[in-house]
Amino acid sequence: MLENAYLIMFYPLFAFVMIVFFTRWKEKLSSHLSIGMILLGFIHSVFVMIEMLARHGQSYEKAIPFLTLPNFSLELGIFLDPLTAVMLLVVTIVSSCVQIYSLGYMHGDPRFSRYFSYLSLFTFSMLGLVLANNFFMIFIFWELVGLTSYLLIGFWFEKKSASDAGKKAFITTRIGDLGFIVGILILTAFVGTLNYQQVFERVASGEVSATIVTLAGIFLFCGAVGKSAQFPLHVWLPDAMEGPTPVSALIHAATMVAAGVYMVARGMSLFAGSATASLVIASIGLITSFIAATIALTQNDIKRVLAYSTVSQLGYMIMALGLYGVDYAHGHHSAGYVAGTFHLMTHAFFKALLFLGAGSVIHAVHTNDIQEMGGLSKKMKITATTFFIASLSIAGIFPLSGFWSKDEIVASTQGHPVFMFFTLLIAFMTAFYMFRLCFLTFTGKPRHEEKYHHAHESPKSMTYPLMFLAFLSIFAGWVGLPWLHHGFSSFVFHEEVHHAGPQYILMIVSTIVAVSGIGLAYLVYYKKKISADVIAEKFKPIYTLLYNKYYFDELYDAIIIKPVLGLTNVLWWFDANIIDGLVNFSGWLTVKWADAKQLFDQYVVDGAVNGAGYLMMGLAWLFRYAQNGSLQFYTLIVAAGAIGIVIYKVTPEGFYYYLAGLLIMALSRLLVRSLRTERANSGAKYEG
Amino acid sequence: MLQYLALAAILFAIGIFGVLTRRNAVGILMSLELMFNAVNINLVTFNKYINPDNLTGQIFAIFVVVVAAAEAVVGLAIVLLLYRNWRGIDVDRINIMKW
Amino acid sequence: MMLSYTIFLPMVGFLAILFTPKEKIWTVRWLAAIFSFIPMILSFIITYDYFINSSASSAFAFVEGPFEWIAAINVQYFLGVDGISVPMVFLTGLLSFLSIIASFNIENRVKEYFAFFLLLETGMMGVFCALDFFLFYVFWEVMLVPMYFLIGVWGGPRKEYAAIKFFLYTLFGSIFMLVAILILYFSFDPHTLSIPQLIEQAPMMTRTLQMLCFVFFFIAFAIKVPVWPFHTWLPDAHVEAPTAVSVILAGVLLKMGTYGMLRVSWPMFPEPLRYFSIPIAILGLIGIIYGALVSMAQKDLKKLVAYSSVSHMGYCMLALGAYSSVTAIAGCMFQMVSHGLITGALFLLVGVLYDRAHTREIAAFGGLGVKIPVYTGIMVLFSMASLGLPGMSGFVSEFMVFVGAFGSFKLITALAVLGVVLTAGYMLRMVQRMFLGEFNMAKWGGLTEINTREILTVAPLAVLTVALGVYPSPLSNLMRATLENLVNLMAR
Repeated sequence: MLENAYLIMFYPLFAFVMIVFFTRWKEKLSSHLSIGMILLGFIHSVFVMIEMLARHGQSYEKAIPFLTLPNFSLELGIFLDPLTAVMLLVVTIVSSCVQIYSLGYMHGDPRFSRYFSYLSLFTFSMLGLVLANNFFMIFIFWELVGLTSYLLIGFWFEKKSASDAGKKAFITTRIGDLGFIVGILILTAFVGTLNYQQVFERVASGEVSATIVTLAGIFLFCGAVGKSAQFPLHVWLPDAMEGPTPVSALIHAATMVAAGVYMVARGMSLFAGSATASLVIASIGLITSFIAATIALTQNDIKRVLAYSTVSQLGYMIMALGLYGVDYAHGHHSAGYVAGTFHLMTHAFFKALLFLGAGSVIHAVHTNDIQEMGGLSKKMKITATTFFIASLSIAGIFPLSGFWSKDEIVASTQGHPVFMFFTLLIAFMTAFYMFRLCFLTFTGKPRHEEKYHHAHESPKSMTYPLMFLAFLSIFAGWVGLPWLHHGFSSFVFHEEVHHAGPQYILMIVSTIVAVSGIGLAYLVYYKKKISADVIAEKFKPIYTLLYNKYYFDELYDAIIIKPVLGLTNVLWWFDANIIDGLVNFSGWLTVKWADAKQLFDQYVVDGAVNGAGYLMMGLAWLFRYAQNGSLQFYTLIVAAGAIGIVIYKVTPEGFYYYLAGLLIMALSRLLVRSLRTERANSGAKYEG
Repeated sequence: MLQYLALAAILFAIGIFGVLTRRNAVGILMSLELMFNAVNINLVTFNKYINPDNLTGQIFAIFVVVVAAAEAVVGLAIVLLLYRNWRGIDVDRINIMKW
Repeated sequence: MMLSYTIFLPMVGFLAILFTPKEKIWTVRWLAAIFSFIPMILSFIITYDYFINSSASSAFAFVEGPFEWIAAINVQYFLGVDGISVPMVFLTGLLSFLSIIASFNIENRVKEYFAFFLLLETGMMGVFCALDFFLFYVFWEVMLVPMYFLIGVWGGPRKEYAAIKFFLYTLFGSIFMLVAILILYFSFDPHTLSIPQLIEQAPMMTRTLQMLCFVFFFIAFAIKVPVWPFHTWLPDAHVEAPTAVSVILAGVLLKMGTYGMLRVSWPMFPEPLRYFSIPIAILGLIGIIYGALVSMAQKDLKKLVAYSSVSHMGYCMLALGAYSSVTAIAGCMFQMVSHGLITGALFLLVGVLYDRAHTREIAAFGGLGVKIPVYTGIMVLFSMASLGLPGMSGFVSEFMVFVGAFGSFKLITALAVLGVVLTAGYMLRMVQRMFLGEFNMAKWGGLTEINTREILTVAPLAVLTVALGVYPSPLSNLMRATLENLVNLMAR
């Protein structure tokens, strides 16, 4: 099953091609084809997982050449290890759930088939990203998931906001990808290969200088910053919620945004080679997590709250991985690597569940604004229950899966007090905003009667995936129970198993933090003991700042987008007027030069030519009398000439007499002529 | 030999005088014939006295006679056409070939 | 005789069309189609045969001659192809045929149009096959005249201006080339015009003369590419030219500049090349960034695509600056081919829309994705290809250029990577403003979907773009030996 694991990614691609070219017109067939293929991929992934367990996590690699040039070659291949196997399962499970869910959610959409084709294309790209065995291939699929994300965010492209969001997502992540490309270039130039294993070996053996490792690490991480929506490129993810909700669940919560985390985990041997790069990673993670959590406190759009929560949780994972790198660079293993990857898995399930639950709510009330909801738990029992389960999980309540992974993350901050403090603070905020969301949505009195009235539970195709994901949200974390000696941490690890064992103090502390967060939310939004408005009023500047998301969008608009657009216009003006102006000016100059030359021509050159002509005409006026049209006259001249030559030959002196004689004869003839009327003219007239 | 040549020269001179002075086109043609004949006499004479073994000169003379006949035909045809167009054959009047 | 047939069959077609009465429009069209179809097939055969039989060595294949042509000045009829000309011959054959098919909707002076088009094809094919400078120069100029008329007669509102500008600008460059050729001709005894022979000998010239020749050739080729700041003829010519001519301009003519550099001036003058490599790379960088930024400011769709060419050809120049790397030069060749395919297709698509809407102003459209989904899909596909999405040829070429150039120029290449984002910026802005958003039913309700003939003209390009992006090794294997040899020559 490992040998043909590459097939996993081709099932959805097959579905995509079939839908686009053949079954596009048959909606039902298209959707079922897409779901069937992803289920096939899921089954295959399960077998891969079983086999991977059987061989105790020994990795498997297989590659074919993509491009071969002297000194440079690229290959495509698959690399399977426990992390890959876990990711394959996560991606296929969430994809399957989302696709089944979409059957109900997208029902009646005019572009139903196209939606499923996009989903298939996305799944293909994501699986390719997971399976890749080198940085070049991961980049290919990295970009492809970006494309499908763009297509799906802008799926309802008639809405300006949707198409804007798609564009923003694509371009923002591409800015991060600049760094990714530069990182890859550094690897090709200084390490000489892009294959994971070879890069790691060369980094570990010390062949590559520390500066290069740091630079490569930081630049590659830029890609993760873009894709996983880390500060300062986090702005696209909340806007990405313009896409259909299942898409948000699949791409912008569970899988694609986790790609950055996955890449950091995958390249851990490289990142951990540099304490600086690792520290940068950890800091960015923490900053992101904090910023996003604070913003989430004030948002009113149900999907936006979840989006910021996603950003915050991704920051958590990145931070954990970064801290692991720092520790590793200082020579000891910590819980960070396991924490990051473990949280990546559990988060995928409960966040997908949260989004699908939110989708179910939106499907029922047709609004995103939690201020217009309330009391929905009565009407939507399954949705409300599963949503609460997911919220408990993300808040980190014992014994749900989120508890175990979050606990690991807190454990990974040991030895980094600043990180630990903020981690706990963020955990508190997470619990608070999640339950703010739950209470405002599902409990209390309906705040919008009409919408409440129309609300109803979603169809089975939507609720079954919810239930399945709820099951996973509870139990998926149990594979990583600290008491298990052959659990997650001894399956997915970096270099050597780090098994921390249960740390009861940390567990108790984090539980207290989570419970107090929930408790505060309960007091404010359920019991209404404390008025949220009063707090908002009291901390008005902070509230406004948070409500407006720290004005990042405005800031970027002012310092990047506007200047760039301005620059484009300046350059366009420059191009059209200066550069082209120079070209046209030289043309104009040539024309003017030509004009000047024409004057010269007209009066000097032509003057000379014409002067010669006039001279000729004057002479001709004289000489034309020689041609009088009389044949006899011509013959006479010829004969006279001939005789003259003969005479000259015989007696040169006699020639003068001869000439004189001729002259006298000619003059006398002229005399006679002038006395007579010209008969020749009368002849010409006669003819007319 | 001299006599022959003298005769030829005289004939030629008469011919050329005729060509130059006659107003009548037919007269000019006749004068031309005289010049041809002067040439013919010359040809035959030189053949007889300088190279009697072959008959090049005589054959040339016959050629000239033939060509002269042809020329006369063409010439007379032109004269006829002139007459039709100009109602006369006075060459002084026919001077349209000027500037 | 394969190359001669490929070059001169269009010429035969040209004569055949001249002898066809101009009322017989369909005869003319089919004659043009046939006489470009056969050369296309021949170019495919040449490519395939070269790939199978000759790609292992860097020697010229399908060599004809050298036959004595004008003995007095030692001009020879000398043709041959190698790894850098075969892809170009392929591209020329393909694009010419597709353009002729795409021109079937020309109604005005049909006979002259197709006659000029075939003459143009002869010129282009000839440039890519000629191995004698005289022949090269003749074909180079032969191409200009039909191009001038094609733009000047069948073009848009400012066609006369654009045609004259194109003609004079290119001619201006050609004169420098002529001077350089003459310098080369007189520098050696016995005088020769054979390119392979001069490649052997040219480095023996004095340094000053080499510099002079290099700069002269560079001006001639740079205008054709076009390298910033010689690019301003391009937007005008592209915008005013009829659709098919824009395709040829972008797809083939621009490649002549870079082809000329690779064929002539780069291997001939290694020393000046070393001297100028950084300025050349910087010009490439400026082209990439500047072209992309100016593209972003465009309001006319065709102009946007035209400026994107400036940007994309900048990648070629960047790669050419990094002459010592086979990867970079291969990237340059890939970029030439892929730019030909992608931009050719984009121009065809712009033409399709223009035929229906009679405007190309981006702001005039919006939400077209609702009304014409197939067209939108194809357009988005090629926009993505143009912005270098993996899976398409543009990505492979850009990646190779970056990797190759990074070895020589760290900072310049790192800055050039910015072009990737800027390209995404203007392409997506264009897609959004034209195809996404609210659809104006009242204004564009009558717009019709792309028809089968138009799809057929674009489909081969789409297939090749994806094929090269997914499986580039045939092309790289085809060029490999030649490129290695070239790089050795350049590193002399």
